[in-house]
Amino acid sequence: MKQHTSIFFWLLLAPFALWLILLVIIPHIDMLGIALREQTAPREYAFSFKNFIEFFTEPLYWRTFMRTAVMSILATALTLLIAFPVSYYIAKMLRGRSKSFLFLLCLIPFWVSELVRTYGWMILLRETGVISNALQWAGLVSGPVELLYNDAAIMVGLVYTSMLFMVVPLVTVLESLDDDIIEASYDLGGNMWTTMRQIVIPHAMPGIVSGCIIVFMMTLGNYLTPNLLGGKDSLWFTEQIYTQFITRFNWELGSAFGILLLLLSSLIVWLGLKLSRQTLTSTMT
Amino acid sequence: MTQNVTAKNSNNSTIIDLETRNVNKHYGDFTAVDDVSLKIEKGSFFSILGPSGCGKTTLLRMIAGFDEPDSGDILIQGSSVLGVPANKRPANMVFQHLALFPMMSVADNVAYGLKQRKVASAEINKRVKNALESVDLGDSGKKKISQLSGGQKQRIAIARCLVLEPKLLLLDEPLGALDLKLREHMKVELKQMQSRVGTTFIYITHDQSEALVMSNKVAVMNNGAFEQVGTPSDLYYHPETSFVAGFVGDANKWQAKVTQVDNVSCTTQVANGPALRGKINGTAPIAVGEKVDVFVRPEAIKIVQSGQTADQNENSLQCTVVDLLFNGANSTALLVDVASGKELHVALPQTGEFIGLQKGEALTISWSQDQTHCFSSKFLHPRADT
Repeated sequence: MKQHTSIFFWLLLAPFALWLILLVIIPHIDMLGIALREQTAPREYAFSFKNFIEFFTEPLYWRTFMRTAVMSILATALTLLIAFPVSYYIAKMLRGRSKSFLFLLCLIPFWVSELVRTYGWMILLRETGVISNALQWAGLVSGPVELLYNDAAIMVGLVYTSMLFMVVPLVTVLESLDDDIIEASYDLGGNMWTTMRQIVIPHAMPGIVSGCIIVFMMTLGNYLTPNLLGGKDSLWFTEQIYTQFITRFNWELGSAFGILLLLLSSLIVWLGLKLSRQTLTSTMT
Repeated sequence: MTQNVTAKNSNNSTIIDLETRNVNKHYGDFTAVDDVSLKIEKGSFFSILGPSGCGKTTLLRMIAGFDEPDSGDILIQGSSVLGVPANKRPANMVFQHLALFPMMSVADNVAYGLKQRKVASAEINKRVKNALESVDLGDSGKKKISQLSGGQKQRIAIARCLVLEPKLLLLDEPLGALDLKLREHMKVELKQMQSRVGTTFIYITHDQSEALVMSNKVAVMNNGAFEQVGTPSDLYYHPETSFVAGFVGDANKWQAKVTQVDNVSCTTQVANGPALRGKINGTAPIAVGEKVDVFVRPEAIKIVQSGQTADQNENSLQCTVVDLLFNGANSTALLVDVASGKELHVALPQTGEFIGLQKGEALTISWSQDQTHCFSSKFLHPRADT
């Protein structure tokens, strides 16, 4: 009997284990190997920290790196700020059909690809775009205005892309909060602000943290949105990696960048968990 | 406590803690609360008893401030609280599922209301400590809510309200989630706690034994309106409506036609059944030929020992024992009336006389006319459906 259980266990685990080993662990070990070598002659490599040293000595690289981190944290915070009231409204204020309808509205943009969604924003924001034309038609500006290719445009795109991934965990966690508990807080003299701060947010913390982790990871590793909405000067770290691998054929430096990005995201997620006093397991269940 | 405050109220010896005047609440076409007026004296344990869906929770939520009545007024100690939000009313609520805050410790739960009132922290600590000790949980302050047992959670939910010294404590069927043994225990404990602290308790329940055991006064509610307000024994011995007679305590019920009316009593004829004499109850007058509901309680029925004859002034029936339902002190016999085939419950006193009773045995039962209550079937609440 025991033998049986363990066979089934391994069979069930097999697809996941294969996926993890073949697509995550092996490539990363290989990437680490490539990152830690230096070409000494054609087809000859030696162990070296040269790629990592280059990253820290070239200001463009680590500034882009830091900029990407800060912008991603900012995008995560903005997404949370916008998604929380939306989720609260969906989870606590609405009932029945209007609830599922609003939830569906959040989902609809994700039926088209990220590329199409981003082009949608470009149609709105570009010099000859909808907003520019509308402003001119209304007489608010004299000539065409370029709203694309700046940090604000990148931010708009990132927040928009991430919204659903924040709303889903938040709605789930808020729905699990009994209305009685909110009413009890009011009954005992609490107002909207204290109820939010002492009852709702502590209860929603696992959802907030898991939403933030997902959004932060997605934003940090996003390539398309910063590139299209930010243009050539968007300075997103994934672009640097892309450039090293594809344009400059410098796989060694590209791999080093990849490893650094992984370390950065792990570090920030770890810090976030420490600050919010959550554990990874509590946020993922 | 009550003695000290009489001076404040010169024309009335008692203070009314809660008064509702013609309170109405509708949800669409549905009338949840229908013209309810009541007065609750300070320091009393008042229960609102009714079946689920009778509007008792809606009434309680309006008193607490979670809902506003469509019309009418609610006064707490003489001043109207209409438009006053729940967090500003001097009434606190113990929720059906208690609604303790799981993200806080036991002590923080109790301290929550005091913190909202910006009480100094030394004072908070002192009062929380006293409140926890008063419910015998003095050393549980640091525990998590999940570490408490059902009865302990109950006590914390009450302590969390009482620490605020509210004028009214509203309890929304808080014993419903407990198992039977604990519920019996908590009934006594709640009653004792109420008389110790002297706060006015308003308790809503569908469990008549909770209401009867704990309360000074009980309002029986049905279809959004009060059927009768009175002491537990009033409701039991002098029901004013057919609904109260059927809902409070157990009762055997017949539908019959009136054949003769005296001053306060009447004779009725059950179709294909016995003629029963009983007291006329209720506010509606009864005339000959009218349909009535006739009630008699299982514990009011005597089993006539063989060799004795029933009193001529009493109602009596020839019955056969169908089944014996042994339940300790609450044991009953299920009988069937030989003439009409109607099933009756009769209480079996556990004095030893009826130990030998067998299924299929024929016997005579009798009960006094004073214990037989007749209500006009016509007198129904405007929206009652039975």
